[in-house]
Amino acid sequence: MNPLLALFDGLVYGSLLFLVAVGLTLVFGVLRILNVAHGSFYALGAYTAVILGLWAERALGSGWLSFPALLLAPVLVGGILGPLIERLVLRWAYVRPEVLQLLITFSLFLVLEDLQKLVFGVQPYFLDRPLQLLGAVEIGGVPYTRYQFLLVLVALLVLFGLRFLLRATPMGKILVAVVADREMAQALGVNVGRVYAVAFSLGVGLAALGGALASPTVTIAPGLGAEVIVLSFAVVAVGGLGQVEGAALGALLIGLGRSLAVYWLPELDVLVPYLVMVLVLLFRPVGLFGTVEVRRL
Amino acid sequence: MRTIWGIALVALVSVALAQRPAEIRLGIVTFLSGPASVFGIPAKNAADLLIDQWNRAGGVSGVRIRPIVVDEAGGAERQVAEFRRLVLDEKVDLVIGYISSADCLAVAPVAEELRVPTILFDCGTPQIFEERRYTYVFRTAAHAALDSVAAALYVLKINPDLKTIAGINQDYAWGRDSWELFKAAIIALKPDVRVVAELWPRLYAGEYSTEISRLLALRPDVVHSSLWGGDLVSFVRQGLGRGLFGRSRVVLTAGEHMLQELGRTLPSGVIIGARGDHWFLHPRTKDDPAHKAFVEEYRRRFGRYPVYPSYHMSQALLAMRSAYERALRDTGGRWPTREEFARAMVGLEIKTFTGTVRIREDHQAVEDALYGTTAQTPQYPFAILERMLLLPKDLVMPPVGVKSLDWVRTLRPEVLRQVPDPR
Amino acid sequence: MRWPLLLLALLVLGILPLFLPWLGFVFTLALAKGLAALGIALLLRAGLVSFGHGLFFGAGAYAVAFALREPGRGSQEATLLLLLALVVGLVLGFLVGLFVSRYRGIFFAMLNLAFSMVFFALLAKFYHWTGGTDGLRVPTPTVMGLVLERNVFGEVLFYASLALVIGLSLLLHTFLETPVGKALGAIQTNEVRLEYLGIPVQRVILLTYLLSAGLAGLGGGLTALAVGHVVPELAYWVASGEFVYIAILGGIGAVPGPLLGALVYELIRTFAFKYLAYSWQLLLGTTMLLVIFFAPGGIWMLLGERRQRVASK
Repeated sequence: MNPLLALFDGLVYGSLLFLVAVGLTLVFGVLRILNVAHGSFYALGAYTAVILGLWAERALGSGWLSFPALLLAPVLVGGILGPLIERLVLRWAYVRPEVLQLLITFSLFLVLEDLQKLVFGVQPYFLDRPLQLLGAVEIGGVPYTRYQFLLVLVALLVLFGLRFLLRATPMGKILVAVVADREMAQALGVNVGRVYAVAFSLGVGLAALGGALASPTVTIAPGLGAEVIVLSFAVVAVGGLGQVEGAALGALLIGLGRSLAVYWLPELDVLVPYLVMVLVLLFRPVGLFGTVEVRRL
Repeated sequence: MRTIWGIALVALVSVALAQRPAEIRLGIVTFLSGPASVFGIPAKNAADLLIDQWNRAGGVSGVRIRPIVVDEAGGAERQVAEFRRLVLDEKVDLVIGYISSADCLAVAPVAEELRVPTILFDCGTPQIFEERRYTYVFRTAAHAALDSVAAALYVLKINPDLKTIAGINQDYAWGRDSWELFKAAIIALKPDVRVVAELWPRLYAGEYSTEISRLLALRPDVVHSSLWGGDLVSFVRQGLGRGLFGRSRVVLTAGEHMLQELGRTLPSGVIIGARGDHWFLHPRTKDDPAHKAFVEEYRRRFGRYPVYPSYHMSQALLAMRSAYERALRDTGGRWPTREEFARAMVGLEIKTFTGTVRIREDHQAVEDALYGTTAQTPQYPFAILERMLLLPKDLVMPPVGVKSLDWVRTLRPEVLRQVPDPR
Repeated sequence: MRWPLLLLALLVLGILPLFLPWLGFVFTLALAKGLAALGIALLLRAGLVSFGHGLFFGAGAYAVAFALREPGRGSQEATLLLLLALVVGLVLGFLVGLFVSRYRGIFFAMLNLAFSMVFFALLAKFYHWTGGTDGLRVPTPTVMGLVLERNVFGEVLFYASLALVIGLSLLLHTFLETPVGKALGAIQTNEVRLEYLGIPVQRVILLTYLLSAGLAGLGGGLTALAVGHVVPELAYWVASGEFVYIAILGGIGAVPGPLLGALVYELIRTFAFKYLAYSWQLLLGTTMLLVIFFAPGGIWMLLGERRQRVASK
């Protein structure tokens, strides 16, 4: 049994995990809120992509239009829902104690779960046109869809894109400043409210991107978001809250761990993400790339 | 004067004797949402169709049916709570339901405790009546033994030089039982076959890329899968894109219900099971007037051909109706109690749209099995079955009192000679 | 003003199930969750939020299921089974607490979550031992040696739950009046100062944690007996989230709070599910948002003096 195949499968799965989790870690880094509803945006991204893709093919005739649909969906979800939710709901959460913040996002999760059903219906959707169009290519005697390669590519693009954004662009530097010291940034004239809205929308958009890109490979039905949330938590906890590179490493570790488990110890594959999470939290609670926060007295 | 009183008395007495309830409150539980709804909605459609038809004609033995439909989604614990709600709050007279083996296993003991006649119309784990006896619980369809043994027989007929097999099945009772029985049957019928992989994705996982990679790398001659519903649709689509169906012969024991869903994308050469003999183009009964009427009415109303969930639901309803009629005969016209209804179900032999079903004394039904291979034809926008094989009930179901796995292990290769070649 | 209302509610609670057995079942489930929520509320007093108490809830439930599975080796007696659930919760709580009690804030929440998800994965994957995602059946046990009809057992279980909840509430109320109990509230203000004052913060947290785990375990055992079936979802993160939800909904200011929250939650859930099959989560989510923004002390606070609402944590 060729272990390289397991590695590639792990890389693909890890790429998807990274795409979903990086938004969560970003939002925590800037807003200091762990968004329990993060998975719902993943699901909304998937639903929107599917609806757009199916409509595009039917109304405009080409299956290739499903690709722009995959990219348009996160923009719509992030651009519309992001600012809306941040201003209407999250704004009131910043001053509240942690447990209430968690509950606010948990309630948001509940609300969005049902809104999904009301808007998109309860039947399952399937959109595999992107998979079909790109075809397959063989590695080590095993056909893989080119789409799987695309996923890895997009994940790498997002990783380097975010790094560039955070380090080289003005907005990115402002985000980093707010993460490092909110009060000081505010004192220096940064409009923290606007920064929060941008960061949150970016996080939502990234989650939706993960969902949209995952949509050709999964069944899109109610309940899609719930599982993704806790997997994202695992990735973020392992990588370090607020750390983009950490999310990449965490996703890779968990992705590889899971696919190796499927190959050698299939009974344990569901266990791996949480086992890794427990181990990392016990031995390095701030995560692999996390920075230790000084405790103020 | 006396005659008038006499007539009045007789009238009163006969009214009292023929006392019918206002309606039969029938609980119906099937998947209405989520990935399994691909499976559950056809069942609900069949129920709607038949109940409307029967109610228009006056109901069952003159009593109209009031269906109370519950979504089977939410897991076994939720279903147990919902069952209690149906009984204690909605006050149903009987329940027909349950597609997921997990829900059947959880609900059956509760139905027995609450003493409500419950007809399991679809779930496939043999465990239900092999682990204990019931008074109030019945199943009007066959179980995984039929699907697995018929699959093994068909596979060996099509592929007599089979060397390696692999399985990808959902990790719960139905998946586990299906694979164990198929594996045991193949090995009993051809002992030199080797198992190269046993894969257990989670129920409703929806994503199978890693498992598919393994199957592609190992190249078994035959891949067995009892996947159903949205999971099956996803698996087929994901496998198709990567050439799985070209490398191995794939057997989908529950495949019949998604042939329409997959349309022209499903290749020819896939072995499909119909969980019984349920196929709208059944070689023997497709022109049977009752069957044709059902298919046409279903097509007219829902825009699709009925699939085996629809047939299974129709069987349950037909059995219910026959049981009420028989019970009424036994009581001399008085509306039967739940116990009398339950007694009337035992030993029932009914004609279904595609064949016959017999309910044994252990409350488990037996039916014939149909297997075939897919072929894309110009007449239909989806794959239909050719090279079909019809196997009689007693060849594919264990006798009363014998556990399926034990029975399957007693199969001998000679059985294959009894089976005709698929035409 | 609130306490007479509470007594009235208890009275109604006690009498209704006699006429509506279905409600008795719903209330039993509510009381079980209320116990778990009580445990959460205890921890919340110390500023610690656990999103992983499903671990203990599930462990208690499965302990009962396992015990009933082996008719020879296990037990068939309801009182012993509930005791088992409580003990399993306490022991597991102690073991997990040894690790978890060193963490604070978001890390505390996440480590709890991680442990509970590992447990969930174990329950879901080991099909041959735990029944996997299908779960395990929980047959009706004997009560004080008597074999009861299922309907009767259901009623007895409800009253037993009610009695347990009232008894444990009183005990907890007393606990909160002890020095250790009072220390809880002080922990989130400044731990280091408390240490200097001679209060062993770590041990207080550990004690509170294992008590909360015991309560959750007992709740799981009650649920197992009431429903008659256990599934891995009892340990899922959404279940843990429900306990936190219930605690805040009811209000953690006083002991009856979480129980009130549990009753309201279960009633909404059952009736919303019946009439709004696909909108009940929407209703629950909106309710919580309204409570957090307009009545952060929970329902209990709403029923009491309005001026107390201003004091925040």
